[in-house]
Amino acid sequence: MAIFVDEATRLVVQGITGRDGSFHTLQMMEYGTAVVAGVTPGKGGQTFEGLEGVGVPIFNSMDEAVAETGANASAVYVPPAFAAGAVEEAADAGVSLVVAITEGVPVQDMARAHAFARDRGARVLGPNCPGVISPGKAKVGIIPGNIVTPGPVGVISRSGTLTYEAVIHLTNAGIGQTTCVGIGGDPLIGTNFVDALEAFADDADTEAIVMIGEIGGTDEQEAAQWVSDHLEIPVVGFIAGQTAPPGRRMGHAGAIISGASGTAEEKMKAFEDNGISVAKRPADIAGLIQGVLSA
Amino acid sequence: MNIHEYQAKDILRANGIPVPPGEVATTADQAVAVAEQFGGTVVVKAQVHSGGRGKAGGVKLAATTAEVREHAENILGMTISGLTVEKILVTPAEDIDTEAYVGVLIDRKSQAATFMVSAEGGIDIEEVAHTNPDAIRKLTVDPRYGLMNHQAYWLANSLYENAGLAKQTAKIIRQLYAAFTSSGASMIEINPLITTKSGEVKAIDAKMSIDDSELFRHPELVEYRDLSAEPAAETKAREADLSYVKLDGNVGCCVNGAGLAMATMDLVKYYGGEPANFLDIGGSSNPEKVVSALEIITSDPNVKVILFNIFGGITRGDDVARGIVEATKRIDIKPPIVIRLTGTNEKEGLEILAEAGFTAFSSMDEVVEQAVKIVNAG
Repeated sequence: MAIFVDEATRLVVQGITGRDGSFHTLQMMEYGTAVVAGVTPGKGGQTFEGLEGVGVPIFNSMDEAVAETGANASAVYVPPAFAAGAVEEAADAGVSLVVAITEGVPVQDMARAHAFARDRGARVLGPNCPGVISPGKAKVGIIPGNIVTPGPVGVISRSGTLTYEAVIHLTNAGIGQTTCVGIGGDPLIGTNFVDALEAFADDADTEAIVMIGEIGGTDEQEAAQWVSDHLEIPVVGFIAGQTAPPGRRMGHAGAIISGASGTAEEKMKAFEDNGISVAKRPADIAGLIQGVLSA
Repeated sequence: MNIHEYQAKDILRANGIPVPPGEVATTADQAVAVAEQFGGTVVVKAQVHSGGRGKAGGVKLAATTAEVREHAENILGMTISGLTVEKILVTPAEDIDTEAYVGVLIDRKSQAATFMVSAEGGIDIEEVAHTNPDAIRKLTVDPRYGLMNHQAYWLANSLYENAGLAKQTAKIIRQLYAAFTSSGASMIEINPLITTKSGEVKAIDAKMSIDDSELFRHPELVEYRDLSAEPAAETKAREADLSYVKLDGNVGCCVNGAGLAMATMDLVKYYGGEPANFLDIGGSSNPEKVVSALEIITSDPNVKVILFNIFGGITRGDDVARGIVEATKRIDIKPPIVIRLTGTNEKEGLEILAEAGFTAFSSMDEVVEQAVKIVNAG
């Protein structure tokens, strides 16, 4: 099994004709994801040239795309000014998963989009996230397909390339993954650590979880408590930003220590206090997972 | 983006909130002229992006022209939290009866704008939230409906029993929400909101941050950025669309992705070194960006080694390699460069680097150890 995406995923790419949207549509198709439609307002009726002559129909709006193709998920590659609107449109069209890749979406726009998507029963991943990949089944987003391999470990992370760094160590050690989820580096994200942990807890094939957090907010601390209260499988954690100064935004809009809250130290302590093994370096994650899997 | 008190007050005034008049001065002479124009006792306030201005001696009452001059001279040029005071705000002193706190910010947990008000004014709200949470009334605004009138009254009524004061305050709270949404703020704090003995409610101090992702909608607010409050390298980085934060160490770091960049800094520390900076070259990098990144890193004289950690995803290894080679041709780079490059187009990237005489490591630990070794050796 897997969480969020698998062989049943039928994907619409919002912004399929843009530079990033078109490049990653091909990558997703190459990985085996069923990309059934694209949306670019004003380009409805055209066809996106997919792999090996497979054309993907383009629609002007999400409701047409879903009605015509039975799509159940969308990936948002549209510019920041329009991204929250694209999330709202996808949720309104009835897809159950909206993966928002776009970085730099105004936070107040996302506050409304998240509230609206919750009402419509759509799960939002991101924004400012690398997406999700279930090895051997499907990928939605930008995580490179060649670094993952099927297996028993679930991975949840706020970051993109740091996830790749952790996953490649797992893969090189012969430890595969059920699903790798990038939840995003923004202050307001649709799926947080606890939401992703809940999904993995219901997945019979996931035997251990890697949680990769960073400075800013209290999401990791709440997740640590949830792990201790509810989760029966082992968790290994890593926190980035031990050397980050307070009050400065470290790339991600959400990666900022405000006052004395959201430090790496506080998060690592919350992990340790709740039975989560903390890796000191990304390279140590695989070894710790090996240990908990064979215990 | 943080803005100054006087700029935040302009935004509040534009939204109808009663704010006493004030003028900015950059010299003691100007401060005296402004004070004479207002007449009576004035307050001289340092304009820097820092809390604790009062404690640092950056806020002073002045009853006479001589006092205005003395305080202005002392405060201008003063250093508060490492920032030099270049501007002061001169504003008439108010006849304060009571002080309250009113703030609104984007709350991560409730995922929406959230008001916090407290009858304990002039306080550190984080501390009160910790020590005496009952002294704060909190309200999350549903972004689909906005702030409703009765909600504004519910907040205001917790501050004042007097109906007249509560009515003025409810109006201020509605105006504050309008200021918050129309300027794309992530935080606005009025601290304190005062009542005067004659029964007026006014905002006499304000703190405000704008969401950087909203700035494309507000060119007028971009003008508010205080370039003197940040190192020149950070200004250059922003213009080149790079995320850069200067630190105190000597290992210059150039990484793709914010999480990996932080983890790289942490690993430098783990191996006994000190990072000189955070730098994320971003996703779809082109060679030009790498050139800018190297210019920025080498503008820091502390840097003794430059460490690249590139895990190609959207970023292509050959683009980064071309950027490194191009930069070393264009600018004179003294510190040695150590490189880790893997992922998308790794093979092409490594070939370009090898041709130019660079060797690259394949693991993050190896390259960081090597960088620290170079620094410690020399």
